[in-house]
Amino acid sequence: MSLAEYQRVPTIAAHDYESSFARKLERMWETRPGLIGWLGTVDHKEIGIRYIVTAFVFLILGGIEALIMRVQLAQPNEHVLTPEQYDQLFTTHGMTMIFLYSMPVLSGFSNYLWPLILGSRDMAMPRLNALSYWVYLCSGIFMYAGFVVGAGPNAGWFNYPPYSSATFNPGFNIDIYALGMVLFGISTTVGGINFMVTALRARAPGMSINRLPILIWGTLTASAGNLLAVPSVSLAFLMLWMDRRLGTHFFDAASEGQPLLWQHLFWIFGHPWVYAIVLPAMGMVSDGLPVFCRRPLVGYSAVALATVITMVIGFGVWVHHMFATGLPNLGLSFFSAASLVIVIPSAVSVFAWTATIWTGRVVFTSAFMFYASFIVLFVIGGVSGFMTASVPVDWQLTDTYFGVAHLHYVLIGINVFPVVGALYFWFPKMTGRMLSERLGRWNFWTMFIGFNLAFFPMHIVGLLGMPRRIYTYPTDYGWNTNNMIISIGAFLFAIGVALLIANIAISLRRGRVAGPNPWDAPTLEWATPSPPPPYNFVVIPTVASRHPLWEDRLNESTCESSIRTGAELDNDKEAIAVTALDAEPDVILKMPHDTVLPFLLSLCLTALFVGMAALTWWLVVAALVAGAVIAVAWLWPRAALGQTAETA
Amino acid sequence: MTDVSLERVPLPVGSIGRRATGWWAMLFIVATEAAIFAYLLFSYYFFAIQPHSAPWPPGGPPEMKLALPNTIVLLASSGVVWWGEQGIRRGRSRRLALALLIAFVLGAIFVGVQFLEWSHKTFSFSSGVFGSLYFTITGFHMAHVAVGLVVLLVMALWSALGCFNAVRHAAISTGTLYWHFVDVVWLAVFFTFYITPRIG
Amino acid sequence: MLSVALTLLVAATAPALADAPMSYLTGYGPRAHPVTALTWGLLAISVAVMVIMTVLVVLAVLRRGRPRIVVDADGRLPVDHPAGGVNWIVIGIAATSIALLGSLIWTMAVLARVAAPPTEAGLTLEVTGHQWWWQVRYTDAEKPSRVFVTANEIHIPVNTPVRIRLRSDDVIHSFWVPALGGKMDVIPGQTNETWIEADKPGSYPGRCAEYCGVQHANMAFSVIAQSEDDFQRWWDHELAAPPSPANDIVASGQRLFQVRCGACHAIRGTGAGGIYGPDLSHLMDRDALAAGALPNTPAHLAGWVADPQGSKPGNQMPYLALPGPELGKIGAYLQTLD
Repeated sequence: MSLAEYQRVPTIAAHDYESSFARKLERMWETRPGLIGWLGTVDHKEIGIRYIVTAFVFLILGGIEALIMRVQLAQPNEHVLTPEQYDQLFTTHGMTMIFLYSMPVLSGFSNYLWPLILGSRDMAMPRLNALSYWVYLCSGIFMYAGFVVGAGPNAGWFNYPPYSSATFNPGFNIDIYALGMVLFGISTTVGGINFMVTALRARAPGMSINRLPILIWGTLTASAGNLLAVPSVSLAFLMLWMDRRLGTHFFDAASEGQPLLWQHLFWIFGHPWVYAIVLPAMGMVSDGLPVFCRRPLVGYSAVALATVITMVIGFGVWVHHMFATGLPNLGLSFFSAASLVIVIPSAVSVFAWTATIWTGRVVFTSAFMFYASFIVLFVIGGVSGFMTASVPVDWQLTDTYFGVAHLHYVLIGINVFPVVGALYFWFPKMTGRMLSERLGRWNFWTMFIGFNLAFFPMHIVGLLGMPRRIYTYPTDYGWNTNNMIISIGAFLFAIGVALLIANIAISLRRGRVAGPNPWDAPTLEWATPSPPPPYNFVVIPTVASRHPLWEDRLNESTCESSIRTGAELDNDKEAIAVTALDAEPDVILKMPHDTVLPFLLSLCLTALFVGMAALTWWLVVAALVAGAVIAVAWLWPRAALGQTAETA
Repeated sequence: MTDVSLERVPLPVGSIGRRATGWWAMLFIVATEAAIFAYLLFSYYFFAIQPHSAPWPPGGPPEMKLALPNTIVLLASSGVVWWGEQGIRRGRSRRLALALLIAFVLGAIFVGVQFLEWSHKTFSFSSGVFGSLYFTITGFHMAHVAVGLVVLLVMALWSALGCFNAVRHAAISTGTLYWHFVDVVWLAVFFTFYITPRIG
Repeated sequence: MLSVALTLLVAATAPALADAPMSYLTGYGPRAHPVTALTWGLLAISVAVMVIMTVLVVLAVLRRGRPRIVVDADGRLPVDHPAGGVNWIVIGIAATSIALLGSLIWTMAVLARVAAPPTEAGLTLEVTGHQWWWQVRYTDAEKPSRVFVTANEIHIPVNTPVRIRLRSDDVIHSFWVPALGGKMDVIPGQTNETWIEADKPGSYPGRCAEYCGVQHANMAFSVIAQSEDDFQRWWDHELAAPPSPANDIVASGQRLFQVRCGACHAIRGTGAGGIYGPDLSHLMDRDALAAGALPNTPAHLAGWVADPQGSKPGNQMPYLALPGPELGKIGAYLQTLD
């Protein structure tokens, strides 16, 4: 047996998307009709769109929760909500936005876009991709199950024990949240592994790491961060659940447990997570903004490096969430300094974006407006973060509305605005139709004005001393006017989101037909038809620069990318893997067909966590056994996938 | 023309050793699993450095007489798995199956001895912080061993069925990577619970 | 444009600053002064950065004088790679680094100044956070007879550093008097220390700043700074036993209080010695009831005793369903506790 028997020289040819060759690929790659096909699809585009739609459903749920809270807080001494209802709402709102919306929506874009941008036919592990989506959906439903029956989490999204312990919070509210977070962590981890392997392996030949678009750097960095950070929070939530239900004593001060251990584990995760939910969004701006400035991004290498460095430093700043917990001042000084230093890589990106606009020629579009305004919101969220990095100032700012303002400028400014910009930018690719630009302007201005009206005054009311997480406030603290403005702004912002949804609904049917490259953008996804066929690329492209579709106009490289001519790879579902750094062709991958196994495994995992929540041990055992059987079936070596000794 | 070309380059097809997607995935699974153990041990040390009202660990440093031989058994299983993997690289499918079965038995012995060790403890899961940490961390490791045992058994079955040869055995490279991880991470757990109380 | 709009927004709401007693934009005493200055300083840097960057982005978008966009023969837009962009990053990072370094040095200097009181603390208080009220224990190392416990109102002498030892009986709280300095968390299983010092007599409001359950919103307290003489008089008064009941109603009110309320509440010098709820000795001296939930007026006091769950739902004081006459007597008794 020698390697030669398993080798092949790929056929190089030129085909277009109308050819009989393309139809042959289509038959191989397309998702089968019917329910089984729907549950079994492993197409990254299908999965990506499911991720985005599901995340938007959670965004809307979280938004409705916020609006109800803003009615309660519009005036002092309101009685719209009981304190318990308010507590469940603000906790569920945080859980929804920070976990069920922010990361998954970016995973959705990355899932959809990565193989297209990388010049590949799918993610490296399509079945794992399906699993990560199904587990995400199940965990979202699981985490909402308590809220729906009036027992939602109520201890704040960071859930500090002892308040979240069984002694002070005996209902199953916290159990659902704790176990749901572990389940959600599985989804994030599985997705992260897939992104890592895809970035390192499943790229077009020639796309060496110095040619990766910044979105790839962003999601890659986020995924690496998640793989190292998510275990911390999963472990913390599992330990909390064991404290609550199995009698351990990790966080229970009455038995020498340490409430502060929770805070360490939570924030060791929490801070990298913040970067994980903004870096891919920043990447989308870094790739999209230059298209509307008709030039490449200023300082590509600096921005890519800044992306990675942000995450690295991000692992060393978690204590700045704990400045007031009584830790020694020497330690606080170190974390204060690290938190100030992390401003520098962020500033690199801000100056790069601004310079890109300044030196470029602006094409006004809705996507551009979301991207450009994002820079300003990023700066505001950044400087308020800079203030909280200073220990003595943070002793005042922390746990006031100033912090609430800061985190919303970060999460909405640096996640939602780029995401909406990205929708305007990539919607034509996903659907083949343009979103309405006119409705887009209305959409932009309502969201932008509503957002600033809702969240800028939070800085002020925070400086006036309003603590966060209070269900009502007295009349005589000078907080009334600002709170009214905040509530009005929140509703205006909600109208903006509604306009976006209206635009999507209308344009899906009546939008202008887009064509493959409506923005005349430089990256590979725009070389495919809109929407792209199931196999993405009719032949595997070969890349010779950072901007394959602008090469003729930029003259950056002596080489030329080859997009119409490339490897056919039509011996059943096939893709190519390359070496990690230089992107030399390495191996022809046999890609799996659709299968319901990921869906079934996600059901087993959910059953496992339902069993744990209900303390029903037979269900736990049954779910584990069934899950193991499915996993073995999944991994069983198959000749068709080139996993056994047989030659295909 | 481009600087990288597909023209006339013969490429292997399908899963081949470290070119297999699964092997790369396992690298990252190991990374994230290692992080879990790092946080578990972080939790242990977080408590270990606090002032204690009772002896830490309860009853003094734990006995080595079961744990040390058990550690050697587990490390030996890694060696056996390595020997088997070297075998399949030369196409020796039976040697691989045999090695995986021996490793399975060694792993099972480890689990048995560990249960024995657990039953001798004077503290329990819920008797105090130390018990919670000890049983959670060693329990986490045991869960990994249990998964590893299933992996070894399934891989032995596949080898016996003749799924693999000298070129095609990516599943073995991937599965054994996991088992080596489970063995190496035990050293960190062992060092923490059995050695550090003696040196600090 | 955005900056202008936001400035207008601030201007519109700024009058509130004058009567915002929880604001930390004004500070009193040596603990708060350096922090307030640093807060203003960093705020100024932040606002400057925000304005500069907003102006730059708006100018970048709107500026003229760039080559027009002309569509080429294939209907494609032009693309080029103008030089000079990287200078932005170099200059920007240089400026950013200087601002950061300055802020870091200032931060460290302030941290060192407020870490400990300038002089030895003249008074040590033990403050315990409870769901949802504050217990305050006045200590005196030399005269144990002067030790006493009160709740939700902290009297301190002016110009004297006061050490505060913080403990929690249940969950995590955070002790915060904005005008006198920053927060310190109150964490079960550990004793945290902070200090305060007021340089002007007056009442400084404080609140719990770490979410601690359903009535986190109503866990306020106040710090009342007095001249040394007034403070000593107040302390002596606190140690004094309540007057003996002046009439039958008050006397039976006292008996009823002992039976109905005495398991949780204490009143020094009487048989009521409960430790689960706030100590109510000299209740009438306090400005507020139920940790700031209600002003201390006879009507509110009567309403509170009759139905404590009405105005502070979820708090730990049960609804006792006391008959009207009993309520009246207990109310009459409580109002004698001055």
